[in-house]
Amino acid sequence: MPATIIQTNTAPFEKKAIDPVTLDIIENALRNARIEMDATLVRTAMSPGIREQGDAFPLIADHEGRMIVGQFGSFIGGFLEGYDGTLEDGDMIFLSDPYSVGGAISHCNDWLVLLPVFKDGRLLAYTAMFGHQSDIGGKVPGSMPIDATNIFQEGVRIPPVKIWKKGVYNEDLVKLVLHQSRTPAWCAADLNALIASCRVAARRVIEMSERFGVDTYVSATQELLARNHRAMKTLLAQAISEEPVSFEDYICDDGMGYGPYKLKCTMWRKGDTVILDFDGTDPQSQASINFLLNENMFKMFFGIYMIMVFDPQILFNDRFYDLIEVRIPDGSLLKPRYPAALSGRTHALGRIFDILGGLLGQKTPEFLNAAGFSSSPHLFYAGTDRKGEWFQLFQIGFGGIPGRPMGDGPDGHSLWPGFTNVPNEFLERYFPLVIERYETVADSGGAGLHRGGNGIVMTYRFLEPGVIAIHDDRWFVPPWGVNGGKPGARARKILEKPDGTQTIVGNKVEDVAIEAGDVLHFITWGGGGWGDPLERDPELVGKEIRQGLVTPTGAKAYGVVADSEGVVDPAATEALRSEMRAGRGELALFDYGPGIETLRAHCEAETGLPAPIQPRWANYAIAAE
Amino acid sequence: MSYRLGVDVGGTFTDLLLFDEQSGAFWRHKTPSTPHDSSEGILTGVQAICANAGITPADVEIFLHGTTVATNAVLEGKGARVGLIVTEGYRQVMQIARSFVPGGLAGWIVWPKPTPLAALEDTVEIRGRMSAQGEVIRPIDDDDIRAALLKLKAQGVEALTVSLMNAYLNGAHEKRVADLAAEILPDVPISLSHIVLPEMQEYERTLTTVANAAVRPVVGRYVRNLRSRLRDAGMAGKLALLRSDGGLMSSEKSEEHPVSLLMSGPAGGVTGAIWVGKNAGIRNILTLDVGGTSTDVALIENLEARRVRTTEVGHLSVRASALDVKTVGAGGGSIAYVPELTGALRVGPQSAGAVPGPVAYGKGGELPTVTDANVVLGYLPEALLGGTFKLDREGAKKAVQTIADALGIDLYAAARGIIDIVNENMFGALRMISVQQGYDPRDFALMGFGGAGPLHVNAVARLMGSWPAISPVSPGVLCALGDATTRMRTETARSFSRLASQTTLDELGGILDEMAAQIGDELVAEGVARQDVDITFEVDVRYAGQAFEVPMSVTRDDLHTHGIEWLTGRFDEEHHRLFTFNMDSEHEIVNLRAVAMGKALDLPAAQLPQGNGDPSAAKLRDHELWMDGRMVPAIIYDRSKLLAGDVIPGPAIVIEMDSTTLIEADCTGTVDSVGNILITLQ
Repeated sequence: MPATIIQTNTAPFEKKAIDPVTLDIIENALRNARIEMDATLVRTAMSPGIREQGDAFPLIADHEGRMIVGQFGSFIGGFLEGYDGTLEDGDMIFLSDPYSVGGAISHCNDWLVLLPVFKDGRLLAYTAMFGHQSDIGGKVPGSMPIDATNIFQEGVRIPPVKIWKKGVYNEDLVKLVLHQSRTPAWCAADLNALIASCRVAARRVIEMSERFGVDTYVSATQELLARNHRAMKTLLAQAISEEPVSFEDYICDDGMGYGPYKLKCTMWRKGDTVILDFDGTDPQSQASINFLLNENMFKMFFGIYMIMVFDPQILFNDRFYDLIEVRIPDGSLLKPRYPAALSGRTHALGRIFDILGGLLGQKTPEFLNAAGFSSSPHLFYAGTDRKGEWFQLFQIGFGGIPGRPMGDGPDGHSLWPGFTNVPNEFLERYFPLVIERYETVADSGGAGLHRGGNGIVMTYRFLEPGVIAIHDDRWFVPPWGVNGGKPGARARKILEKPDGTQTIVGNKVEDVAIEAGDVLHFITWGGGGWGDPLERDPELVGKEIRQGLVTPTGAKAYGVVADSEGVVDPAATEALRSEMRAGRGELALFDYGPGIETLRAHCEAETGLPAPIQPRWANYAIAAE
Repeated sequence: MSYRLGVDVGGTFTDLLLFDEQSGAFWRHKTPSTPHDSSEGILTGVQAICANAGITPADVEIFLHGTTVATNAVLEGKGARVGLIVTEGYRQVMQIARSFVPGGLAGWIVWPKPTPLAALEDTVEIRGRMSAQGEVIRPIDDDDIRAALLKLKAQGVEALTVSLMNAYLNGAHEKRVADLAAEILPDVPISLSHIVLPEMQEYERTLTTVANAAVRPVVGRYVRNLRSRLRDAGMAGKLALLRSDGGLMSSEKSEEHPVSLLMSGPAGGVTGAIWVGKNAGIRNILTLDVGGTSTDVALIENLEARRVRTTEVGHLSVRASALDVKTVGAGGGSIAYVPELTGALRVGPQSAGAVPGPVAYGKGGELPTVTDANVVLGYLPEALLGGTFKLDREGAKKAVQTIADALGIDLYAAARGIIDIVNENMFGALRMISVQQGYDPRDFALMGFGGAGPLHVNAVARLMGSWPAISPVSPGVLCALGDATTRMRTETARSFSRLASQTTLDELGGILDEMAAQIGDELVAEGVARQDVDITFEVDVRYAGQAFEVPMSVTRDDLHTHGIEWLTGRFDEEHHRLFTFNMDSEHEIVNLRAVAMGKALDLPAAQLPQGNGDPSAAKLRDHELWMDGRMVPAIIYDRSKLLAGDVIPGPAIVIEMDSTTLIEADCTGTVDSVGNILITLQ
């Protein structure tokens, strides 16, 4: 049963003619309001995940719940359909359960606040924001147990409830929820920050409706939506072929020894509609790498990738959704069935973007980017220090940006919007650790005319005993190169004891006990290369040797012969390049590396880890769409 | 007789303002800038303005200067070749930066890979490590340091920077490197991170120190050249430069610490606005400095400009105090266009700049700009600069017509649309510094200056509800006026990072006293008399665990009398005002800052003769302009003929040498006793 919206004034909004200028003014004002939401959040949140790294996402929607500004698209329509309750002035919804909003948030760590904005008794807009909580209870610190087999092991799960009800704050509810967390103070502050951000945006919407008139404001939001619809329709007809293209990529493993898991998407256009079909994607995992992918969210990702190229000033909004149809097989990794575990969804979420890039650029290689989304590498470190105080670190790492049509991929940067690293001096001051090394890994970026960005090695020396957990991917299936570019290097994690003995640890591990003095080398992936590496300027390769970004051995991938000072031997380089050119066939559009079977055969030797076992799904049937 | 001379060098013009300290009389002058060597234009201007005033350069007691030389060195990559010495394991600190990629989801596809300010090949590591408590974990090694220095020497670095992990807590290792560098690289200037910026966060500290090192030689050359040319011209007075935070420092000090000059340019306008506000009796002001390609806005509360701890230059965010000036790519030269795909009207950030400039300037510009829209609407009726060249109204109309056609509306509606959009962009920037910071813009006046500020100030004030809209006296040279009317300033900051509950008053006070002594001595060394040094303190407080702190002004007396609880209580109030809630968490005292200022100047403005309220005597001619959807009659006035108390009914235009003020239809402009025009709703 859909939600019942209670309005004391049910007069419909009057449609007003909007001149283009007023429209643009309202568009800008909404954009500013969104920026203000971000600013309010980071200034008042407390967990390093939100305040330092920016892991939070705002949204302003129209009175029907369609996103006018934001990043991840609107879930509100789906929420309203599934919410069996009332919604009225003074209410604020709080939730975290992905299954109750069709995956609009995709794991329970993301707490979402939704504020319906009323003016004079009428529902005018919605503002919403969600942010990643450091800990919501469950079996491990950080609440993202990679080995969880169902969602009940992943901490507190909040169905849509009213944190404010007709203007009255439900303190007991918040107390109950916070009580489940190992870091209640952070969660309390972050929740406050989310609420404050939604309120700020609501205030701005009300001000706008007062400044322009409610009817003009609403008509303007409708026109903004319509404008986006027209623009996308034109764009899709120009850019997407009626002939299907497919692309597939992998999640390396599930943290339980099985993998890789295939994600596959096929795209074609039928009339005005673009169809994105995930048929061929592997079934869901019994561990937590499942990603409950919301169809609308995927439409938004798709739309943003499209628009980026044409008029980056277009405000992304929801209205083009009916031009796109997303088909996700039920029971697959991207549409797991309740109560499958979801907390480790970040790997599939990242991979979706590589798949989008591979799909969209296939017919226009000049626009194609290489691969680089490993996921979002996580490190957890928790314990009780010698003063008896609980500490808990959740940190997101970064790696190599892929080689791109415009040039090299930046080294050690974030593919996620708005994310930043945490200053190491901050980490050392507030957590019992020393960061001994923080640099990019030479040669880890895929060779190409445009080099892929290097991954990062971050070396932690832990000063207190405790447990660590690691979630990363792209350790088995490399980030692919394009247009002749080579794949980037894979991720790797090494644990070193004070006596110098080293062990390779997996890239998805939980509850690894460590002692004071242990050292972890946390190495992330490099971005894939773009274009023929033999075309790269040898002097640039020489310079990057002097910079420590490439080694003389790594230079060979570019056909460059140089010494450790970066001095290039032109004759030897020319000879090597001729030899390499002669010995290779036509350049492939995509270079995936040697293929899954070869990767498997060499896995132990190359990565220090046993090859993942091919998963089998005797008991799962994927519903045919 | 004592004269102060303010000089502001802009991209197109060098503005000069000569101020007679006794009478408050001033002279202004504009002369073309000479980008190949700014001192040429400056000298030309100095000679001219002194001649106007009937004095010689020898009569100028102090020469005050706002400059973009440091900014441009950073933006154009023309800084020195900087060698950087870092802790082992951190060679790529500038390469990785904060890992941040702007532009939202998929923004990485189009973001250019940045080049660090200190080249990676000129960055070397040394052994040794400080802990986050400032204790030595591993010692440094002299031979290792010497090897690093010799390597940089061989590579030919022109400036040296040392930035080691946790040096903000203990600079001993950096000092040792400096000692050895003095032997090995005796002629290379050295910047140490724990001195330039003794604050936590290795990337920001390193960047700031590198930025300082990179601009040092450029600024040094510039300042020495300027000083010697002024001396040659007979000017024996002091030379001071305007800092990003609106204070002055001696030219000698600026050679050592040029990172404080990165926002010197825009700071001039804000300090000028403070002087105008003081004379007009208006204490809360939002500033709107509209130039050719961009607009700078700032907030002044109780005649104090808001300051921030970071200076944004290009894509770099340097930790140096600056006035909180926000810049938007919206100015007279901003180009209007209609993208085919969306059919939306966009204005800027692309700009026609000085060349080719707006179509109306007749210098080859073909794309419609904001200035062209102003010309079409009749808001810019006359030649700029006192009639030396005519504006091409027909050309402007033709260009704006292309926008009208694309939108399917008439010419004037299109022109007004361009103005409305650009005003809205300015409004967006003003919101960021007012509403977003918890200030209500209705408590502020809006002051428009720069070439085009007074054209837009009335309309933007209406959007903001900020009245009166002020067209200050000589809006075109307000930056130079600001240079001339501000005072000496220096400051220092330290990381403290302790819970308020674990801090004693003695401990906190002791450190503040130490800091006060240090900067007091600095100002005295700069030539300020000891009794004129005024010292204030700021303490940054936050709830333990937050990332952003709120700076609280304190005095030693207040702290002594009321204690630390008083400080945290005031923080709670401020936090509530900003974010609508308080928390039970502990308070953390994060940073301490001390600011020393020279004598506050009491520079009066010259009084205008009193008129009878009727501006008719200043009337130049009748005119027509577009307002509220139609052409309406208006009057053009000559600003130099207006008298105090004159009341100008809108719509009207007031012109002067270098600026034009627009008073809209339902507004009134009143000339105050010193010549500012205060525009209010009728």
